Amino acid sequence: MLAWTLYISFAAAAAMFLLKPDSRQGARVLALVAALAGLAVGVVGAVQHSGGGLVTIQKLPWVPTIGAEYHLAADGISLTLVILTGLAAVVGILFSWNVEHRTREFFAFYLALIGGVYGVFLSFDLLLLFVFYEIAIIPKYFLIAIWGSTRREYAAMKLALYSFIGSAMVLAGLVAAYVVSGAQTFNLIELAKYPFPVAFQNWVFPLVFVGFAILAGLWPFHTWAPTGHSAAPTAASMLLAGVVMKLGAYGCLRVAMTLFPEGLATWRNVFGGLAVVGIVYGALVALTQRDFKFVIGYSSVSHMGFVLLGLMTLSTIGLSGAVLQMFSHGVIAGLLFGVVGRMVYDREHTRDLDELQGRRLGRAMPFAAVTFVIAGFASMGLPGFSGFVAELKVLIGAWQTFPKLAVIAGVGIVLGVAYTLRTVQKAFFSGDLEDVPGTPHGGHGAGEGTITLPEKIGAAVLIATTVVIGLYPKLLLDWIVPSFSTPLFDGLRKGGLL
Amino acid sequence: MKGIINSLWLIPALPLLAAGIIALMKRPQRKPAAALAIGSMALAFLVSCVAFVATLQPEAGKGAVQLTHNFAWFDLGGSALRLGWLLDPLTAGMLVMVTFVGSLIFIFSVGYMDHDENLTRFFGFLALFAAAMLGLLIANNLLFLFMCWELVGVASYLLIGFWFHKPSAAAAAKKAFITTRIGDLGFFLGIVWLYHETGTLLFYDNGAGCLEQGALTKLVTQTTVGGMAVSTAISLLLFCGAVGKSGQLPLHVWLPDAMEGPTPVSALIHAATMVAAGVFLVARVFPLMGAATADLGLEGHSPHTTALTVVTWVGACTAVFAALIAVAQNDIKRILAFSTVSQLGYMMLGLGVGGPAVGMFHLLTHAFFKALLFLGAGSVIHGSHHEQDIRRMGGLRKLMPITFAAYAVGMMALAGFPLVFSGFWSKDEVLHAAMIWSPSKLPFLLGLFGAVLTAFYMTRQMWFVFFAPRAESASSPGRAAHSASHHEPQGASSSPHESPRVMTLPLVILAVATVLLSLFATPVWPWFHAYLGGQLDHLQVGWSADSAAGLTMLLSVLAVALGVSASWRLYSRGKAGTDAVERLFPRLFRALQGRLYVDEFYAATVFRLNAAVAVLSDWADRFVWSSVVELAAWLAKGLAWLSRTLDESGINSGFDAGCVETRGAGGFASRLQNGQTQRYLRILGAGVVVLVVAIVWMGNN
Repeated sequence: MLAWTLYISFAAAAAMFLLKPDSRQGARVLALVAALAGLAVGVVGAVQHSGGGLVTIQKLPWVPTIGAEYHLAADGISLTLVILTGLAAVVGILFSWNVEHRTREFFAFYLALIGGVYGVFLSFDLLLLFVFYEIAIIPKYFLIAIWGSTRREYAAMKLALYSFIGSAMVLAGLVAAYVVSGAQTFNLIELAKYPFPVAFQNWVFPLVFVGFAILAGLWPFHTWAPTGHSAAPTAASMLLAGVVMKLGAYGCLRVAMTLFPEGLATWRNVFGGLAVVGIVYGALVALTQRDFKFVIGYSSVSHMGFVLLGLMTLSTIGLSGAVLQMFSHGVIAGLLFGVVGRMVYDREHTRDLDELQGRRLGRAMPFAAVTFVIAGFASMGLPGFSGFVAELKVLIGAWQTFPKLAVIAGVGIVLGVAYTLRTVQKAFFSGDLEDVPGTPHGGHGAGEGTITLPEKIGAAVLIATTVVIGLYPKLLLDWIVPSFSTPLFDGLRKGGLL
Repeated sequence: MKGIINSLWLIPALPLLAAGIIALMKRPQRKPAAALAIGSMALAFLVSCVAFVATLQPEAGKGAVQLTHNFAWFDLGGSALRLGWLLDPLTAGMLVMVTFVGSLIFIFSVGYMDHDENLTRFFGFLALFAAAMLGLLIANNLLFLFMCWELVGVASYLLIGFWFHKPSAAAAAKKAFITTRIGDLGFFLGIVWLYHETGTLLFYDNGAGCLEQGALTKLVTQTTVGGMAVSTAISLLLFCGAVGKSGQLPLHVWLPDAMEGPTPVSALIHAATMVAAGVFLVARVFPLMGAATADLGLEGHSPHTTALTVVTWVGACTAVFAALIAVAQNDIKRILAFSTVSQLGYMMLGLGVGGPAVGMFHLLTHAFFKALLFLGAGSVIHGSHHEQDIRRMGGLRKLMPITFAAYAVGMMALAGFPLVFSGFWSKDEVLHAAMIWSPSKLPFLLGLFGAVLTAFYMTRQMWFVFFAPRAESASSPGRAAHSASHHEPQGASSSPHESPRVMTLPLVILAVATVLLSLFATPVWPWFHAYLGGQLDHLQVGWSADSAAGLTMLLSVLAVALGVSASWRLYSRGKAGTDAVERLFPRLFRALQGRLYVDEFYAATVFRLNAAVAVLSDWADRFVWSSVVELAAWLAKGLAWLSRTLDESGINSGFDAGCVETRGAGGFASRLQNGQTQRYLRILGAGVVVLVVAIVWMGNN
């Protein structure tokens, strides 16, 4: 059932080229239908799946000579992220309803990216996972380079290079693991059982972990994130922050940590420390940015730091918190980028906060302002929103292992409030809003100013998601928590780490 | 009656529902929005009263009524995180106060916000605030309390910044939120630590809660950094939250600025309820704060733990510090704001030296008379066309008689006029407890000094607002500083007028309540003590206080008399338009007027440091990490260039040489086949010869 998520996405991407080149509306509708179908399949599959245990979806021989298989499976972690991907895909399309330039190609790349992401989250064969991981990188490059804004080619290239360097590290590590184990298989579950020598783990673990974590914005390998996010078109930055960064964190958890638990034990303090540096550093840098998207970009670095910190706690509380934070950040960052990129930038043609300051956006676009305020509250981890539960779990987990780091991470939360409020007020609630109420200022024509229905639906969906999960996190946690008792995490448990 | 616990959630749910419905309303639906908000609050008040009655009948020998209702929220990994409601006298008392005062302030707002085009939004925010505040009160889980605590902060942020077109309001909202959040960081870490140690965040859970004996014993016996008991460390972290929310030193800076919000907001949130949440928190976790290895305290007095000692000192210092600053303020609301900070200090002092009953009673009485004072100030501001500088008021006694009478009651309660004003009794209890506090007498002296100051600045305010001759066009040095508050269009020449009945009625009710409340905690009939302590059945009428009580009362009466008479003498003889204290001590006055430069100190240290680090990180990101990336790119390019050179000169040249040879060979082969028959024949002949020779040679072998 769940396998159809990726088939639908790839098929729809291919079907784009059956449309006439100028049929923009057709492309939009096709993309939306495909994304909705993917989301529906994901949700139905997830519900049928209840329990969060590991279930195989499909297992066929692929390259028999080296033992690679077409092996799709899912546990609660996959399910959570598959649903996140579906949501982000749907909302991203709603927020790109106004793409007029080569619409067909845009959505083809978009759906290919989505398909690749679904593939990564469902693959339990390392080679297959790696292939999907690469598939996801290529459309990303084109989305930014063709439809992007500020320094788009530079940003696209930077992102692609970072991704490929990461991939190269991952590939090297995986091949090494394959050879050393001598098991003639890429099956993750089989390989996770193999006791790799400690000395080997000590150098392969950081290789693979960093390789994946580059994409998760691990400090100091994060510099692709702000430039990439801000250059990307709205939907692409929503996907980039919402889903692609999760690919990295997912890889860290799914591959690096399960295969090399002893290497993890050696390196966990280092990466825990880097995660916390990322939390505080990202928040600090966000505090001084002038570009609206850079603020969100750096806030993503900060929030992903919580994911990485959660992973390093190695307790069920912290790990499930990290997965929940992946989901939560995906939704909230998507919403923030949606407001900035679609609602503000597409209408105002600037993201410079100092310039926006005088434009009375709170009056000109109240819907965008209210949405951003809510998203901002969610982003700063206020109770009632999903981020609170996630960060709470991460911090409780972190307190048990590294209390000092937990304190520093807490400082990051306070800074989060500071940069969010600064941005909210600069962008929307400053300038003299008193005179001539209701009249839009010059700069854009009539009609362009009003927020369209697709945007409203998209924003409402994301807000509803973060509130529902914030009030009733059980929905996801009932999947996530049991995942950590599957055989895959035996290695961590045996070492007494989990 | 005990069944009320299962419906206790109704109390916050009613205003929350109202807030939700109002959020969907359109801007012109002003009346339905106001009616809905007020109605929900009134209903919540009724339910609260039922809950209150339920706490009045403790079972014999079991102490105070304590009903809980717990349920699982989500799986934390291993164990479920459980939330719940709690009904005990502490909660019930607060519920009644908040819903009662809240209802009155809601009603008052109808009149005060009459001219505001965003009345609907205003009531939505107010209802949201009420929901969060009531949720905070009924929480039986520290985490749930914290969640409501944050929501209250959000509502406060939204309401302070309600007139966000005023830059000062926007800045004040941001400042309030961030400052309280700094305190909340400690609170949050305390929660995490507490969970780590006890595995639960429920306050009471049939013996398994974190405020019950089992958990407390565990916390007290463990030690952490510097030999401090874990219970002390956690208590202090939680207290950080209270310091932020209740505007205690050193995080008091946000509260005076919060007066940029509409006046009913100042009354409800920044005087009566939200700022008191910090005091409530300390009272709630008092078992933890007061937990010690051996119970050091005497019966009826609070134990002298490290945590409570800190609470005491912070409270005492804040009480005097803020009172001093209040002496030199000229904005009617800012005087009250600093007075609130000061009174919150008294409440903390009361908690520290006398336990929950002492601190909480002052909280309740203060809620009534401070709400009264703020609403009175609102009425004054409304009546005098949004003038807030007391030096430009004067003579309002005759123009606004009802407001004047009500304000006078509030003022006398705050200043502590003896016998019929509740503020006298509650402050007297705080001072009495401080007097018999054994570790030090200094908090008592500070409290007494604060009482003199309180009487002094309130008399000063009364003089300027209601008695001083009207100085219509006196231009004062404070004018420029207050330009921000002149956004409202001013009635050109009309004189101040009494406010409409919808505003004066709440004033009168609050004034009556302020007086009546004094019946409940006199030494003759200490009902409130008995109620909180669950000893209502032992309550007797009669003089129950010790000898120190009489002395305290005498001293506090003297303090009030001193403050009032000094102030009255100074100001009634002063020249119009000038400040007597300013003339006497110009430098001191200016320092106080500048709020002792705490804000400037923070701006110069914390903010600057933070900004510097942020800029440094940004710089690092732009230059250092980017340079590393650029360097890597250059290295890659260099390598590429090197490879090209190597390719062209080394590998390629070999390849090329090979190619030349191949071509040479090809040329040779092609020359062989140039199409000339003679050459073919020649080759053929040569071939035949070679063949024959070969066959012969092979045949021989």
